[in-house]
Amino acid sequence: MITTKTILQPEVLEAVVVRFVGDSGDGMQLTGTQFTDTSAMFGNDIATFPNYPSEIRAPQGSLYGVSGFQVHIGSVEISTPGDNVDLLVAMNPAALKTNLYAVKPGHTIIVDTDSFTKKNLDKAEYKTNPLEDGSLENYRVIQVDMTTMTKEALKDVEGLDNKSITRSKNMFSLGMVYWMYNRSKEHSVDFFNKKFKGQQHLIEANTKVLNAGYYFAETLELIPNAYSISPAKMVPGTYRIIGGNTATAWGLLAAAEKSGLELFLGSYPITPATDILHELVKHKHFGVKAFQAEDEIAGVTSAIGAAFAGDLAITTTSGPGLALKGEAIGLAMMVELPLVVINVQRGGPSTGLPTKTEQSDLLQAMYGRNGESPVIVIAASTPANCFNFAYEAARLALEHMTPVILLTDGYIANGSAPWKIRSVADMPEIKNHKVTEIKENWSPYDRDEKTLARNWPVPGTPGMEHRIGGLEKDFVTGNISYEPINHEKMTHIRAEKVRLVENNIPELKTEFAESGDLLVIGWGGTYGSLHSAVKQISDEGYKNIGFAHFNYINPMPKNTEEILSKYKKIIVCELNAGQFVSILKTRFPKFEFSQHNKIQGLPFSNDELVQQFKLLV
Amino acid sequence: METTTAVKKYTFKDFTSDQEVRWCPGCDDYVVLRSMQKALPEMGVNKEDVVFISGIGCSSRFPYYMSTYGMHTIHGRAPGIASGVKLANPNLSVWVMTGDGDSMAIGGNHFIHLLRRNIDLNMVVFNNEIYGLTKGQFSPTSLIGQKTKSSPYGNTQPPFSPGELALGANARFFARIGGNNPKDMTQIFIDAHKFKGTSLIEVLQNCVIFNDGCFDEVTDKEVKEDRQIFLEHGKPMIFGKNKDKGLVLNKLKLEVVTIGENGITQEDILVHNAKEEDKTLHQMLVRLEYPLATGIIRSFSDVTLEEREDALTAQVKANSKFKKTDDLFFSGETYEVK
Repeated sequence: MITTKTILQPEVLEAVVVRFVGDSGDGMQLTGTQFTDTSAMFGNDIATFPNYPSEIRAPQGSLYGVSGFQVHIGSVEISTPGDNVDLLVAMNPAALKTNLYAVKPGHTIIVDTDSFTKKNLDKAEYKTNPLEDGSLENYRVIQVDMTTMTKEALKDVEGLDNKSITRSKNMFSLGMVYWMYNRSKEHSVDFFNKKFKGQQHLIEANTKVLNAGYYFAETLELIPNAYSISPAKMVPGTYRIIGGNTATAWGLLAAAEKSGLELFLGSYPITPATDILHELVKHKHFGVKAFQAEDEIAGVTSAIGAAFAGDLAITTTSGPGLALKGEAIGLAMMVELPLVVINVQRGGPSTGLPTKTEQSDLLQAMYGRNGESPVIVIAASTPANCFNFAYEAARLALEHMTPVILLTDGYIANGSAPWKIRSVADMPEIKNHKVTEIKENWSPYDRDEKTLARNWPVPGTPGMEHRIGGLEKDFVTGNISYEPINHEKMTHIRAEKVRLVENNIPELKTEFAESGDLLVIGWGGTYGSLHSAVKQISDEGYKNIGFAHFNYINPMPKNTEEILSKYKKIIVCELNAGQFVSILKTRFPKFEFSQHNKIQGLPFSNDELVQQFKLLV
Repeated sequence: METTTAVKKYTFKDFTSDQEVRWCPGCDDYVVLRSMQKALPEMGVNKEDVVFISGIGCSSRFPYYMSTYGMHTIHGRAPGIASGVKLANPNLSVWVMTGDGDSMAIGGNHFIHLLRRNIDLNMVVFNNEIYGLTKGQFSPTSLIGQKTKSSPYGNTQPPFSPGELALGANARFFARIGGNNPKDMTQIFIDAHKFKGTSLIEVLQNCVIFNDGCFDEVTDKEVKEDRQIFLEHGKPMIFGKNKDKGLVLNKLKLEVVTIGENGITQEDILVHNAKEEDKTLHQMLVRLEYPLATGIIRSFSDVTLEEREDALTAQVKANSKFKKTDDLFFSGETYEVK
């Protein structure tokens, strides 16, 4: 029943990466989430990443129907879901085949041997059974008749059909993993009690199978219970595990409450941004007006209408949708209305790789509109700080009366991590430019001296009736103007307005060496990968390497040039063919930038970054 | 629209802006503008609560000539913007001013979805069967064979009938009116405003430059009484200079009959029911070429999107334990790090 191969795995780890993989119907997302939540409550730092097929219900046992959930837990700071898997739980041959690449020799694989039937092996395109042909001999393979044992555990529970019995085998694997990492079962048992309230047989079944897996692992003397991962040193406070898209939605809710405005979302479903819509539609209790429009264009235009009428207006999308929204974003820029555009980037171009991550919409965000049409561009860099940057996008749009494009990506949007909960009371103030008091010679284009933001009289305000539009307008009155000099002036005003945002954003910070041989530059969702790679090199003794990560792209922090000048070499790392580096080269022509790019729909791996940086120091 | 504040008294002058009107002399757009300025004081709405949203085209200059709130947006997208304005502030009287190209070509998708949703706003389509601002190309309502700058040998693309398209998209209110009929147009605007739901008004608008006379055979003063039937809810479908022609249903078709001939009396003539939910007869009226149906063809009261949304929101609010975002953020699976 059980065979183990050579034990090569270290016994104590400060962090481990566990990946649960199985058929779409095997409940791997749930299993992973349970392990995540339990570990979070234990006090570990965490990063997770789900990986599910784009097919909704792929054929059972097929290679493309494999669904997975990876979680990285540690007693140290965890900034990525991890590259190399320490423990792979594979519920069928297809899951093993498609995920084996991530497991380094010597590490552990748990398989459900019951699923290694001729039929499933054929579906996974295995010519011979990998559990028997010696191809796994460099791994520590724990073979478990999981389905059989699940059935055995449940033979006395009444009211269960065969399907429910087979489906609970994921809890057997969870029980095993709990024992291996010395986790309490308590959280999951509580979870069953809540989830299956009133369905006693299901509570009993899941609890029984979880226990069965746990005690099975315990009785196996072959599994060393040595991975005692201590709680991580984290800032004290109340935490929760949050996914990037949820954090984005919540940041918007917080901004609406803080600013005292109603939240309007105009959106159209698109992977991987749709979960923001899913989240916001739930919150009618906060007065959220979420409008699923007929297309991307109606999504953004309805938001522009809501902004004109005085709401905090949002539209959410991904790359192809941003392309469709371009003209309307230009209108919002031209009429100078506050608008938050959230682009959860995915692999492009065209339909590209909808479920994979990439940072290739940066230049589209910067320039993807007709005419001279600068907008504010910012980027979130971790699942949890999607909250802060969604809030920030709203703050900047309202305070500067212009569209803000917030870039996140599939990697941080679908990933999750601990979030130290922010109370709205502790968030920065958000001002806006609404006016009701009529002054002499009043115009809708009266501007704030410091920011150049125009004022924001909204329909319903007596005496402030006015017309705005996409045609060029007179600097003073806001009426249509075809005057050549006025057009040039207005073009500069709109650009200057965005540039002045630099006075309202924090300075660029560096981590590790404050000056030295090499500066690693990144932006957006690659923060975790870059941070851990630079940390590793730094820990290894290369003390002259610094790291600067950009969240503010247009405009950039004021001290950017100063930071760049402190290092001998600069490398810009992006998940695209070199978009941010092209902006840096234009803005700071006196510096030489080298670059590291990856366009595989995947995040950076630690090894590739470490290797690349070592060549430069 | 019912507002809680006392409604101020206005005349049409209160709704004229300081901007010079720049349509071609003789254009029916002037008629629409003046009719609107005359209708607004009759609607019982405060000026600050009126918003005109337009797309691109000759008709879309409309908001600049009104002294209300307004936005001149981008081609075809006025319905989206107007929907956002109305959903953000349901207290506003929102008007989409658009043309046949703006609403049915580039904006066709938004046009049908606006009607489907039934948001309480109004849309005026200036249909001149041509692109004016781009100087004379065929539009989605241009006729087959019509010679235009982009169809010098004649248009080969069959047209939409705006009314049929609208009813197909489940328009609850559809009216059609000649661009030379300010009196009835004014009343239709008032009725459209009062109607709860999306109101669509098609104005048969002559373009004096690129499609002059396109509606003459039905709108010309000499012929209009014989060629048009002006429909009024609850009144018999009678038309003609001598008020002796009427419509009856013959099998599955509308038929023109003469009262006093073949034993036909006024009793035999159909009575217009604009408020009927079943749109079969409204569709027949919309399709009718002789006489051309004008006036309010359909005015069926239905629940609006805002009403549905408001009811849901009230229900969710009443049942929710979340009053502030903090309640949400600190709910469920949280844990303490000490």
